Amino acid sequence: MSVMAYDDVLAAFEPALGLEVHVELNTVSKMFCGCSTAFGSSPNTQTCPVCLGLPGALPVLNAKAVESVIRIGLALNCSIASWCRFARKNYFYPDMPKNFQTSQYDEPICFDGFMDVEVDGVSYRVEIERVHMEEDAGKLTHVGGATGRIQGADYSLLDYNRAGVPLMEIVTRPVRGTGAAAPQVARAYLTQMRELLRALGVSDVRMEQGSLRCDANVSLAPRGSELLGTRTETKNVNSLRSVERALTYEIQRQGEVLSSGGRVLQETRHWHEDGGHTSPGRSKEQAEDYRYFPEPDLVPIAPSRDWVEQLRGTLPEPPAERRRRLVAEWGFTELELRDVVGTGSLELIAETVAAGATAGSARKWWSGELARRANVSGVELDQVGITPAQVVQLQALIEAGTINDKLARQVIDGVLAGEGDPAAVVEARGLAVVSDDGALAEAVDAAIAANPDVVQRIRDGKLQAAGALIGQVMKAMRGKADAARVRELVLERLS
Amino acid sequence: MSELLHTPAADLAGLIASGRASSREVTQAHLDRIEAVDAGVRAFLHVDGERALAAADAVDAKRSSGGQLGPLAGVPVAIKDIFCMSGAPTTAGSRILEGWRPPYNATVTQRVLDADLVVLGKTNLDEFAMGSSTENSGFFTTHNPWDLERIPGGSGGGSAAALASFEAPLALGTDTGGSIRQPASVTGTVGVKPTYGGTSRYGVVAMASSLDQPGPCGRTVLDTALLHQVIAGWDPLDSTSIDAPVPDVVAAARAADVKGMRLGVVKELGGEGYASGVEQRFREALDVLADAGAEIVEVSCPNFRYALGAYYLIMPSEVSSNLARFDAMRYGLRLGDDGTAGAEEVMARTRGAGFGAEVKRRIIIGTYALSSGYYDAYYGSAQKARTLIARDFERAFEKVDVLVSPTTPTTAFRIGERADDPLAMYAADLCTIPSNMAGNTAGSFPCGLAPEDGLPVGFQVMAPVLADDRVYRVGAALERQLADRWGGLLTDQLWARENGGAR
Repeated sequence: MSVMAYDDVLAAFEPALGLEVHVELNTVSKMFCGCSTAFGSSPNTQTCPVCLGLPGALPVLNAKAVESVIRIGLALNCSIASWCRFARKNYFYPDMPKNFQTSQYDEPICFDGFMDVEVDGVSYRVEIERVHMEEDAGKLTHVGGATGRIQGADYSLLDYNRAGVPLMEIVTRPVRGTGAAAPQVARAYLTQMRELLRALGVSDVRMEQGSLRCDANVSLAPRGSELLGTRTETKNVNSLRSVERALTYEIQRQGEVLSSGGRVLQETRHWHEDGGHTSPGRSKEQAEDYRYFPEPDLVPIAPSRDWVEQLRGTLPEPPAERRRRLVAEWGFTELELRDVVGTGSLELIAETVAAGATAGSARKWWSGELARRANVSGVELDQVGITPAQVVQLQALIEAGTINDKLARQVIDGVLAGEGDPAAVVEARGLAVVSDDGALAEAVDAAIAANPDVVQRIRDGKLQAAGALIGQVMKAMRGKADAARVRELVLERLS
Repeated sequence: MSELLHTPAADLAGLIASGRASSREVTQAHLDRIEAVDAGVRAFLHVDGERALAAADAVDAKRSSGGQLGPLAGVPVAIKDIFCMSGAPTTAGSRILEGWRPPYNATVTQRVLDADLVVLGKTNLDEFAMGSSTENSGFFTTHNPWDLERIPGGSGGGSAAALASFEAPLALGTDTGGSIRQPASVTGTVGVKPTYGGTSRYGVVAMASSLDQPGPCGRTVLDTALLHQVIAGWDPLDSTSIDAPVPDVVAAARAADVKGMRLGVVKELGGEGYASGVEQRFREALDVLADAGAEIVEVSCPNFRYALGAYYLIMPSEVSSNLARFDAMRYGLRLGDDGTAGAEEVMARTRGAGFGAEVKRRIIIGTYALSSGYYDAYYGSAQKARTLIARDFERAFEKVDVLVSPTTPTTAFRIGERADDPLAMYAADLCTIPSNMAGNTAGSFPCGLAPEDGLPVGFQVMAPVLADDRVYRVGAALERQLADRWGGLLTDQLWARENGGAR
């Protein structure tokens, strides 16, 4: 369908965001039983009477999961409930062994928090309504259809290894006043949330494995209106980049609907990464009634104040403070900092510095060449295919004069292609700078002989003309020469 | 041989421990008895003689090699078919679980096995323990050994009938609204609902999680206490189980002493709707206990009148959720899976055919009570009533040590008499439900035969949370006093009737 130009939408409407982030906790065992949570095992090998929902089985709460969620709540500036319960969310679906999900409903364990994020130097406060615990469902594989979706499938296979894995849901209040920056604010929020969760050590936060999932809500209201518009909820946004793209698209789509006199339907929509658009999910003719009621098989959770304060003492440095501190230590300029934040490379730079590189060189690669390549191939920077340790090695090869910047880009090609560490790529592809003066001298002599007019100009004192000769030599050497050494040789011969 | 059938479990354990009888002999006697009478009584859904005899032999071998035997080692027990037992059929009385064999043991099953009791088989019950007569069993109705035309109570009618027909000396039950006590009452046997959290629910097919409680059944108070001791106590697999020492119920049963105890007669549990013979035998039991040194006072618990109504909102609400898992996807019955039907259709067809009428009724009521817009009026109000009932108990227990009442308003009714009248059926649990709502402990003890029909009457004793020993103390005192008058247990009269008066 046609959509409205982004700027035109923003001229007439104000978007309001809402983000629901689902995080799989990295506890060793499941939420309510002792089964392993390890990813990637054979189907149904990590199950027991409890997570299979066998008759008679009862849940026992994983204390480590509660601890993780409280720490997250504290890091998000939330209040921690002194008494709360689980509830049953009742609905039939084959991936739910009990046909109810043990979740939290009106008594979340953490509530009323916030996270501040920055976009282009402007700070936005994202208010957190609640953080609650729940269990994951099993995984359905639809077999026989063309699309892998349930429509058209012959049958479906169930894997309950994931059933009962601890999940946490972080729900924001509507975020208003972001204007055109709304999609970037969403991305910045998610980026910072991921950093925070990683720093807390509570989740693997791997979007591609589903350990971090996001539902992005957005609505439009006429500029100046106090009321919120009708929102849509977009699912299947599996990367930081797709959150930003999906929201941009939804804002444009809703703008088109509203501007042409239509009405936005409150619905769930599905993001198509390839086509760059959303489509309506299965329409719900009426709202689902989940018949929530307090879970009678579990006792209330009543974390003591002492325990909560003890957990507060285990929190890592807040990401915003950490960022300010690192940037000060590294001596980045304001402009460089924006590049770093904008490309989401702060953590990678920190890891690269920790592995032995200078802050400047780490920034140069991550926020520059590597960020560009991640963008081109549409992956997250940390999934681009090179590790901080490999970047350190790359930089060391440059500093030792083994390769130059131009060759370094070819070395990166090799590393990203899975050919091994930089040193191995240099070796295999024969990319080392030629330091054999004999070979170089031949090339220099050949260039001098072929360009008498250039030679004359240099002899006349126009030293900048040497660039043309150096370029020819480099070309002849297929880039594998140290440009400074070539210049020396050229000038030596013509002096 | 037949004398072994009539011997209390405590004494059987003594015979086995001393070598005067082997567990195999005792087990074989009960298996023979089942063979002889169960065609008429129909107490058992499954009997596994081979497994029972192998277990008995293991106990006998343990004894002859000088191993340590527990207080009930080698004694047979019947298990209500709602407890999971690894490898044994476990149906909960429902067709939807026909053929299912659990891969694990309920904690209570495990404790019974660890204590070297010999499991004879699984007893009949109303489907998912929903009923007061076993007429709601998905398989067949159990008959009351006192009169085979009458119901044995429910839902644990199979366990109670097995005891009264001398097919087993001990049995296990579960009590959600009276399913241990009401069958005990109408069969002249003993049954105790422990304090909620006193016994583990792990591995017990759930009806209503906040009300269900496993408990012991026997013919004597001491036997019941000994079984209680075996199964009770904290279980890390049940979050609602209580991490506290088990009250010394065995000592209380042996003491059998009510001197100085204050017994509160609940004013509201009597009068209209109560059979005259039931009230008469209850009053006589009070006199007997007064003679033994108890002080009898009348107590009012005005909020008990809300108990039945509130129970029939909370229980079905939990039922509607607990029974959702029976969907044909993972185990049990599976209908309509012809390769074209979707999962939803298979679920619907399986549940439509696999569940009986009473189960469906409760699922529908519960689904309605929890639905948005009705939750506060139904489930919410019922929870408030529950709090009021608990407060009535608290206030009463400030004044008295235990509360007492008839266990059920009438004696055993005829099979079919209330089958089409759910409300009349529900009334059987009028006196037992308050203790489930409040989570306190209560037991039923035989107190005679009603003059009008010659059928057993039960005397209910209710005690505070974690004061299970008081239930046994009063029950044992009553049993001792009445035995002095009758020359034995109430069930001895049944035994004598069958054996021409000879013992």
